[in-house]
Amino acid sequence: MSNKLIYLDNAATTRVREEVVAAMIPYYTQEYGNASTVYSFAQGAKQALDHSRDIMAGILGCKSNEIYFTGCGSESDNWALKATAEAYKAKGNHIITTKIEHHAILHTCEWLEKNGVEVTYLDVDEFGLVDLQQLEAAIRPTTILISIMFANNEIGTIEPIKEIGAIAKKHGVLFHTDAVQAFCQVPINVDELNIDMLSASAHKLNGPKGVGLMYIRKGVKIRSFMHGGAQERKRRAGTENIPGIVGFGKAAEIAAATMAERTAKEQELRDYLMERVLSEIPYSRLNGHRTKRLPGNANFSFQFIEGESLLIMLDMAGICGSSGSACTSGSLDPSHVLLAIGLPHEIAHGSLRLSLSHETTKEDIDYTVDRLKEIVAKLRDMSPLYEDFIKGGKGRKGGM
Amino acid sequence: MYSEKVMDHFQNPRNVGEIENASGMGTVGNAKCGDIMRIYLDIDENQIIRDVKFKTFGCGAAVATSSMATELVMGKTVQEAMTVTNKAVAEALDGLPPVKMHCSLLAEEAIHAALWDYATKNNLTIEGLEKPKSDIGEEEEEEDY
Repeated sequence: MSNKLIYLDNAATTRVREEVVAAMIPYYTQEYGNASTVYSFAQGAKQALDHSRDIMAGILGCKSNEIYFTGCGSESDNWALKATAEAYKAKGNHIITTKIEHHAILHTCEWLEKNGVEVTYLDVDEFGLVDLQQLEAAIRPTTILISIMFANNEIGTIEPIKEIGAIAKKHGVLFHTDAVQAFCQVPINVDELNIDMLSASAHKLNGPKGVGLMYIRKGVKIRSFMHGGAQERKRRAGTENIPGIVGFGKAAEIAAATMAERTAKEQELRDYLMERVLSEIPYSRLNGHRTKRLPGNANFSFQFIEGESLLIMLDMAGICGSSGSACTSGSLDPSHVLLAIGLPHEIAHGSLRLSLSHETTKEDIDYTVDRLKEIVAKLRDMSPLYEDFIKGGKGRKGGM
Repeated sequence: MYSEKVMDHFQNPRNVGEIENASGMGTVGNAKCGDIMRIYLDIDENQIIRDVKFKTFGCGAAVATSSMATELVMGKTVQEAMTVTNKAVAEALDGLPPVKMHCSLLAEEAIHAALWDYATKNNLTIEGLEKPKSDIGEEEEEEDY
């Protein structure tokens, strides 16, 4: 096992910034009061909560009282879908989403389908982009919600959110977006994009785990998902995770302030990674859109090899990545996203996602590509599919 | 997640490769499920396996079970090779995670497929050997949770 650590799985989670941890600590040990109490001791906690809310409102271009803190991105997604289905059932029971959403959306939709809600799962093209005509054609008089992710977590494709928002508005349908991957990575203004609800999470932007948010536009009548106390304007019960929310605020503040410069640097390194991989490793392909993608995301498929083997060998070289292979998904099917963009199973099994951060260096990328070349070659030497291909047998021709 | 033995066989797989004009060759699994295993056997006139090679497309457990299976059948008679069951392979590797047990089944199937090829070519009967299924992966059922 290597002593090196090259962390290229920032789409899974990120390292918390030191400044963020420093900002959080006092709210554990000094300002630990419950923000719902009346005494002056808890005022610091209350102010910190308001301050984080103001930061989020500033980033999204909304009002502070439209920001609700939750426990995670998945909670926000669950809340948006289930509470909309409940609150708008007099209008209809139809939701439109896509085949490439995160499981927090997809599994919630499946649950809703068991409870009388009809769901349309839109296709995506080979790059992972939603077809706007198909979206508009799917709208029915009973459609109450369109939920389409801002950017895909696996292949990084950024959806045409502004156009989707305009279609939703034109038809009087609410629009929710899961922006867990995109928040603070790309500029988002909820008014310009006609977004009615948005989910985000702290740990994807160098903040702590266990805290998320939901933006809910004023006038959207969804109710509480978590019942109990009167926190979050009676819409999300549970004692506020003040240190977490402070950390989220601090992380978002830094991420938003540094966005242009930080993502430009990440994108440059990411492009360098893509260029080296695609030119130096034969039978490799890029998954997702070349330009309409998150700045830190790269996703490749390597023909004739399987993703879990690749991940273990990368791990032995000290490199953390992720794969959409069946063996890493816990089922026998490879990633639903890679299948939705039309990849055959055997190519989806050989996928690798590398996601960069502001801390990634050119040396990290060079080391990673050098190891990757060796590992892919080693696994191909072991692969009966490669053997058949070399002997001119059953290998897949073209497209790679 | 994996035992030390699994990791050892994954990192340093034994008997990777091909055998030209093999006495028996078998390929099982399918790319759709992400596992393909191919075993080559070189069997002498006394029905002793004097060489065995494998190629595998699959996860860490699939590579390790292939490697271990080749070690277990090396030097055995074809009849003795029938005792190399999926359980024997998994035990020799100090166990596999439950979700990976199907990989050891694949190793057993690959050996049986290669033995079947040998038996068919030589008009022999190996006790207990049945015609192999080619796509065992298709029959796996997804766990519900």
